[in-house]
Amino acid sequence: MPADYLPSADWPRLALRAILLRLVRQFFDERGFLEVETPLLSADTVVDRHIDPLSVVLFDDARRPDVGRRMWLQTSPEFHMKRLLAAGSPAIYQVTRSFRGGEVGPLHNPEFTMVEWYRPGDSMAEGVSLLSDLCETLLARGPAERLTYREAFEKHAGINPHAMDAAQLRLAAVASGVVAPVSLGDDRDGWLDLLMSQIVGPRLGREQPAIVCDFPASQAALAVVRDENPLVAERFELFVDGIELANGYHELTDPAVLRERIAVANEQRQSDGKPPLPPDSRLLQAMDAGLPPCSGCALGFDRVVTLAAGATSIGDVMAFPIDRA
Amino acid sequence: MATFNTSEFKKGLKIQIDGDPYLMIECNFVKPGKGQALYKCRIRNLVRGTTIDRTWKSGDSVEAADVSEIEGQYLYRAGEKFVFMDTTSYEQYELTPEQVGDAWIYLKDATLCSIVLFNDTPITVSPPNHVNLKVEYCEPGTRGNTATNVTKPVKVETGGEIQCPSFVNIGDIIRVDTRTGEYVERVKE
Repeated sequence: MPADYLPSADWPRLALRAILLRLVRQFFDERGFLEVETPLLSADTVVDRHIDPLSVVLFDDARRPDVGRRMWLQTSPEFHMKRLLAAGSPAIYQVTRSFRGGEVGPLHNPEFTMVEWYRPGDSMAEGVSLLSDLCETLLARGPAERLTYREAFEKHAGINPHAMDAAQLRLAAVASGVVAPVSLGDDRDGWLDLLMSQIVGPRLGREQPAIVCDFPASQAALAVVRDENPLVAERFELFVDGIELANGYHELTDPAVLRERIAVANEQRQSDGKPPLPPDSRLLQAMDAGLPPCSGCALGFDRVVTLAAGATSIGDVMAFPIDRA
Repeated sequence: MATFNTSEFKKGLKIQIDGDPYLMIECNFVKPGKGQALYKCRIRNLVRGTTIDRTWKSGDSVEAADVSEIEGQYLYRAGEKFVFMDTTSYEQYELTPEQVGDAWIYLKDATLCSIVLFNDTPITVSPPNHVNLKVEYCEPGTRGNTATNVTKPVKVETGGEIQCPSFVNIGDIIRVDTRTGEYVERVKE
């Protein structure tokens, strides 16, 4: 066991990280995106069933550091960047740290680097193209194959994910050889996530990068649900070598729909035994005022470096992952 | 009953599923960005030695297994059973042929073995990595043939059979690797 004061990444990998960071900035600068910086600490946080934000206390009196307003470390810069869009910004991008509680593993670190961008007026197809171009620039593995969530499941799990209930999805998992947790019960999205993370996802993006679009509407997050097909949301994800690298949306602009989704997520959080998160936010105020139609996407930068370096863990490309931080 | 929550999962954890003890040999956190966090683990059944993959949802808990290891000295065979003594507590344990498995081939008097206990009951026994055994019977050796690639079955003092080079003779002491069951060399006692 090497001494834990030392970085876990070697110098060539840290140098590769710096090169990729420059390529990211060059990519967006060349396309006229404005680089922005937004707060890591905010009164608001994304309300998502499965994303657990960390918080800090903004104390007034240093002698009582536990007393004060609770501020959330941002799980992504999404809220602030959308507030900029609502205020009339051009296309914007940001390279920033994001924080998520309870996420530690070969591809997870509670503090990680995210690249996030938005371009007003973009449809999902334009968002997908931009992501494919960025992926080609950074990883040089050719343009991304496009397929729908349904096609990905049909190809690799042999099922139509939109047509099955929780019990049928459980059987599909068993048929694929996954000894699955019974505690998922009738949580349909939980079973879909299980199949995605264990069967479908690992097989995606092997020959060439893959961008999966049209996620189930129940997993819309902050994407718009398609008018002509209420089963699917205009959400897309990039996979390379079976690793999920980016998540993008044709963005939801209707604040009433977002309020409903926040209420549902908070109910689910409570049924999972987790505290609800503040439902109100300045993002909702911004959406009330008017968020222009746009597409946005977030890329896990540490994972991109991991793949570019031929490494197996993001700890191999970070100077100091959480156990050495 | 003690339990482990998924947040305590790590390699080396001993857990209990459907009454059987398991050792966690791999544990991976997997999570779709916006989805359910899962722990994908590889676990080994400590009784049967079989390995399986098992997935838990974040927040699940599993029963802890009371598993410990003692040094046991092989004493004698009583009918079907093999009798061992804990070298620390002097407590005696009777193991069935199923619990002993293939290890019986290497058990001669006073052999020090590692015994795994589950809820204070022995489940497996591991002999030392190398043991010396006396050859009780074999076909006569081919004089002058020192090749090790031609083998023959040799009956040793425990009653077990080991594949040995053809030059091995009755009365020889042979060294055997108990992990592979293979002959290593002839030794002088």
